[in-house]
Amino acid sequence: MDSNNNITSIWDFFQNPIIMNLLIGVVYFAAIAAFITVLVIILMWMDRRVAAFFQERLGPIKYGPQGLLQPVFDAVKMVSKGNITPRNVDKLVYNLAPMLIFMTTLLVYAALPYGKNLTVVNLNVGVLYLIAISSTATIAILMGGWGSNNKYSLIGGMRTVAMIISYEIPFAFSLLGIIMLTGSMNMTDIINAQKNVWFVFLQPLAFVVFMITAMAELNKSPFDLPEAESELVAGFITEYAGMKFGLVYLAEYANMFSMAAIAVTLFFGGWQGPLLPSWLWFLIKTLLMVFFIMWIRWTLPRIRIDKMMKLNWKVLIPLSILNIFLTGIGIKLYQYFTGMGGV
Amino acid sequence: MDNISVLIEKLNPSFDNALKLSDDGQAIYVPAECIVKLMDMLKNQYEYVMLADLSAVEYEDRYEVVYHVMKLTDAQDIRIKVALPLDAPTVPSIVDVWKAANVQEREAFDLMGIRFSGHPDLRRILCPDDFNGHPLRKSFNMKTVSRF
Amino acid sequence: MSMDSDNLNLVDDLNTQEFTINMGPYHPSTHGVFRAVLTLDGEVIVKEENVLGYLHRGMDKIAETRTYSQFVPYTARLDYLASALNNMGYVQTVEKLMGIEVPERAEYLRVIIAELQRIASHYLMLGSTTNDVNAVTGFLYYMHDREKVLDLLEMVTGARLTSNYMRIGGVIDDLPEEFFPKVKEFLAYLPGRLEMMETLILGNEIFQERMKNVGVITAQMALDYGVTGPNLRAAGVRFDLRKVAPYSAYGKIDFEVPVLKNGDAFDRYQIRLMEIKQSLRIIEQAVQQLPEGPIMAKVPKLIKPPAGEVFHKMEGARGILGFHLVSDGGPKPYRLHIHGPSFVNIGIMPAIAPGMLLQDFLAAFATIDVDMGEVDR
Repeated sequence: MDSNNNITSIWDFFQNPIIMNLLIGVVYFAAIAAFITVLVIILMWMDRRVAAFFQERLGPIKYGPQGLLQPVFDAVKMVSKGNITPRNVDKLVYNLAPMLIFMTTLLVYAALPYGKNLTVVNLNVGVLYLIAISSTATIAILMGGWGSNNKYSLIGGMRTVAMIISYEIPFAFSLLGIIMLTGSMNMTDIINAQKNVWFVFLQPLAFVVFMITAMAELNKSPFDLPEAESELVAGFITEYAGMKFGLVYLAEYANMFSMAAIAVTLFFGGWQGPLLPSWLWFLIKTLLMVFFIMWIRWTLPRIRIDKMMKLNWKVLIPLSILNIFLTGIGIKLYQYFTGMGGV
Repeated sequence: MDNISVLIEKLNPSFDNALKLSDDGQAIYVPAECIVKLMDMLKNQYEYVMLADLSAVEYEDRYEVVYHVMKLTDAQDIRIKVALPLDAPTVPSIVDVWKAANVQEREAFDLMGIRFSGHPDLRRILCPDDFNGHPLRKSFNMKTVSRF
Repeated sequence: MSMDSDNLNLVDDLNTQEFTINMGPYHPSTHGVFRAVLTLDGEVIVKEENVLGYLHRGMDKIAETRTYSQFVPYTARLDYLASALNNMGYVQTVEKLMGIEVPERAEYLRVIIAELQRIASHYLMLGSTTNDVNAVTGFLYYMHDREKVLDLLEMVTGARLTSNYMRIGGVIDDLPEEFFPKVKEFLAYLPGRLEMMETLILGNEIFQERMKNVGVITAQMALDYGVTGPNLRAAGVRFDLRKVAPYSAYGKIDFEVPVLKNGDAFDRYQIRLMEIKQSLRIIEQAVQQLPEGPIMAKVPKLIKPPAGEVFHKMEGARGILGFHLVSDGGPKPYRLHIHGPSFVNIGIMPAIAPGMLLQDFLAAFATIDVDMGEVDR
């Protein structure tokens, strides 16, 4: 076999569509992983500074400009820590859980529209995909709680299941109104439909329900029952140390961003905006949303578990169903008066 | 404190004159078997509704369990003492009168070795369960406390 | 019962199993080394048992090996969050036994420091309770203001936590000149902040849901279990030793004893805020009325009280702080029994815990406000 022939065969090898897709996948993965890492560093810094701002403190200011390098130092600390696995844990489940938690986070990032024509995968069922993926984290959290062989972890895990399964319903219902308005589950279509008016004005009730359930999905205060540090020590992450803890921590911040991004996409016109490039609009809107989430988080106490369940089943679900009704009536009225179909 | 002797006179008919004023005139000595009845009367008939303190003191010839009960209206307290022999200090528990006595009697048992008969759960409270001796007794040797 | 009865029936049908959980001795919300052995049915507490003694230093025994003056700093370590109040209780006990008349200025200085200390102690309780229901921001607001109290205490006593300011017969040092403008500033600053905290925390709906009707201690229960201090007043009993049997300079100062009636966690929380306001009033008046004169009575170098016995009680930050002192005429106490209010107050937990949710337990425990240094002594 001569060398020329060899090169051609390598070229052919890359021409193979399966390999091509795989390579593109790797590039996408690397891009998203890098994006998340940088993002989390910024979000951690932001969270601390925002918390400090609300709490009359300074927060990190020593390392880097405005303390921006503090999360880097923390990350170095986290990586250099011992990777402890307690003796009596269910090793497979225990070690798998943080990876799965992080994986679901990564999967959400695949479908986010970061800007005009800037989506990793433009799914035609994007909304459904996001709902489905974000709830699979429940299994991973329960795995962590069960595998840790710690009663605090177990209670934390059980709380997560109870909470996320019930909050999944109003979460999905609150998005139905938008899907009814656009007639599509594609994120890009939904953004394009908001050219004239953001859905937050057309669907205010849905937005309120969505935000409350989103806080619950994120396990953020006032719904941070799974990791309630004052009662459950740290809930399902009690037994995790080193980088395994780091992964959960990373996923937590990354989830905050992705949830904010979903909110922006569905209710605030996504990447649309005048003058500035679309990806910048997306970032600005999403970070503002993140700030809003942090604001809620650092203001409210933790709700009690039975009250939380009551809020879900007796308030949020009826409200979200009411929203679907109102949207349906609204659409019919609009069609009646304008004499045409759709918005 | 001057009303103590008056109080003793009022109470004594119910106790066959078993109550005695102490030498310093500030405390009532009660026989151990009368303590529950006395406390019950003080609480329900004489407005001493609160158990302010329960402690135990070791003397050369006796143990004394010292109760302080208090009125809410003027915060006046009276001191009630039960003298107990050194070899087997046992006194009826007053948990039925005041639940507050529960922890305090456990403390007196733990640290001074007074037994409170009728106490629902007389275990050590401050020292570890496997601790030997009662640290507040004068005979307790502080040099050999190492358990390890 | 905090959960609906039909919820509980469902749990019964599923044939679940109770399990035991050790809350503490190292737990973020036990405020020291306290262990609660909880038997849980899901999240509902079936049985609770206190395990104490992790901080037991044997203060009663130490007292027997120290002279009367040497024991004063130890009392600051009893309830380390209200050290000046413990100092005050102990020195007053010895003074009562010896019949020492404390100069009037010293009495006023004691009152000022004691009330500052009470504010600091209440502030810590408010802060940590707020933190236990995860309103972290509220916690830091309280800590921020507590710093100001501690700064004042530091200015006078030289220490922030274990002040050791009181002496048998008076106080160790007079107020520095710069204290007066600072305390004025502080008295003007705090009421506004308290109002802000009231709207921020008490007005918060989630906070109310967490606190109201949680861990109710009725007046009858409180008296039965010997619960005293703010917890008793939150249950509706107007009993404050500063008012009922005034000691030190409290008799000459005009203040009120706040009372609430429900005795739940919310009331126990609120009563502390109300008491802080009264403490501010007391400090203001004490600073105004502060008489001239010596700050120390004439006491012998080696204190040898006459043989005898005394019980002195005072209003500590957490309830009635009692000292039962027996002297044999020697230079060291023959027997000193310290009646710590926290030790008695914590005894009510097994009675109120059953039927609570895990989260309620924390709210109830935090608002009873125990200090493990005082529980274990």
